[in-house]
Amino acid sequence: MGVRHGLLALLDEGPAYGYQLKASFEERTGGTWPLNIGQVYTTLARAERDGLVTQEDADDEGRVVYELTAGGRAEVARWFDEPVRRDVAPRDELTIKLALAVTAPGVDVGALVQRQRSETMRTLQSLTRLKVDAADARDEGDTAWLLVLERLIFDAEAEARWLDHVEARLRRAADTARAGTPGAAHDSDSDSDSDSDSDSDSDSDAVTEAARTERGTAR
Amino acid sequence: MTTHQHPTEPVLELVDVTRIHGRGATAVHALRGVSLAVSAGELVAVMGPSGSGKSTLLNVAGGLDSVTTGAVRVEGVDLATLSRADLAAVRRRAAGYVFQDLNLIPTLTALENVALPLELDGRRRSHHQARSALDDVGVGDLANRYPDEMSGGQQQRVAIARALVGDRRLVLADEPTGALDSETGEAVLALLRRRVDAGAAGVLVTHEQRHAAWADRVVFLRDGAIVDTAEYDGTADAASALR
Repeated sequence: MGVRHGLLALLDEGPAYGYQLKASFEERTGGTWPLNIGQVYTTLARAERDGLVTQEDADDEGRVVYELTAGGRAEVARWFDEPVRRDVAPRDELTIKLALAVTAPGVDVGALVQRQRSETMRTLQSLTRLKVDAADARDEGDTAWLLVLERLIFDAEAEARWLDHVEARLRRAADTARAGTPGAAHDSDSDSDSDSDSDSDSDSDAVTEAARTERGTAR
Repeated sequence: MTTHQHPTEPVLELVDVTRIHGRGATAVHALRGVSLAVSAGELVAVMGPSGSGKSTLLNVAGGLDSVTTGAVRVEGVDLATLSRADLAAVRRRAAGYVFQDLNLIPTLTALENVALPLELDGRRRSHHQARSALDDVGVGDLANRYPDEMSGGQQQRVAIARALVGDRRLVLADEPTGALDSETGEAVLALLRRRVDAGAAGVLVTHEQRHAAWADRVVFLRDGAIVDTAEYDGTADAASALR
């Protein structure tokens, strides 16, 4: 896991005690994932159990110093050598929420998508300002922090693009459903995301309707 | 023509703007009751699917298109009250455009391109002001280059200089990074942000979330209406960004 291997990688640079590891980890990752000290010691205890680290004698101030074993060094090397495997279907709250929203009765999916889009945009706005500050600062260790930030920016952007896609797909489904209704005068062969200006329904109505339609056909 | 600008007044103001193209059964409602105010120091991004009215919004803001109902005020002046000549003068003096491409006149140097709106206005010392505008965007050393002797990113910098040369305070940018690679596009956005921070008002139409995120406010258009606004709330620490 990320934190465990992160701590092992820090120990690969030299023996350290818990608070040092906590501080280095947070500094090197820009404070993005704050650790509590209990978590650090639990992680170290498990690594010790697994033979990856050993405790040295306490230093002058009574702090327990940890050191990597040969096995621990091999584990760090393996971690850097091997790609990180993605969960087949990572448990993501937004994905779960949308999957349920399109199949649950009475949820305005269009409004849900728009609220999320604004929220994701606010996250992107914050991250963008952090990035500007980081680029201005140019301290030691800033490259690592900048890379972390950019990863978060790409993630937020991917989420927003997915939301656009969800909306476009549900709209298309709504258009198709309406074109199939007798008497409905609607151009359904457009596969672009272009807005239909003669469409008097609001987006959220159309999207919700699409969700219902898809639910209906799925049964 | 005089402007009636009050210090706190928005540089650009759209009040309940409707734009209908055509009439009768084939009428297209490009904008439906859009209200938007952009002050000096503010960058507003406009996002929405194609056909949602983004470009129409930008065109009416810059006086390139007229509204059906509602009002557009630039520096406090209602564009609908102006004669054709006065409207052209507002476009030269108050607002500048940056497009995706074809921004610069190929037979003029960077300096001449930037000086052009001032010269059309019969202004003196136009080259001096153009030089300073080029310096502001970091391409002062390219003043004597022709557009085809510059990279795409450099051309967009010159276009931003031209949009804001002299005392113009409103820059209207329509997918200004569309033709650029992502790193150059990012640099152009950063520059636009700095020029706005220095006292301009900016409206940016883009389909890139990453670019819209540079704005203070992001308005989402659907079917010609603003359906939502994401406003940067000023809490730029990692914990809040990550929730």
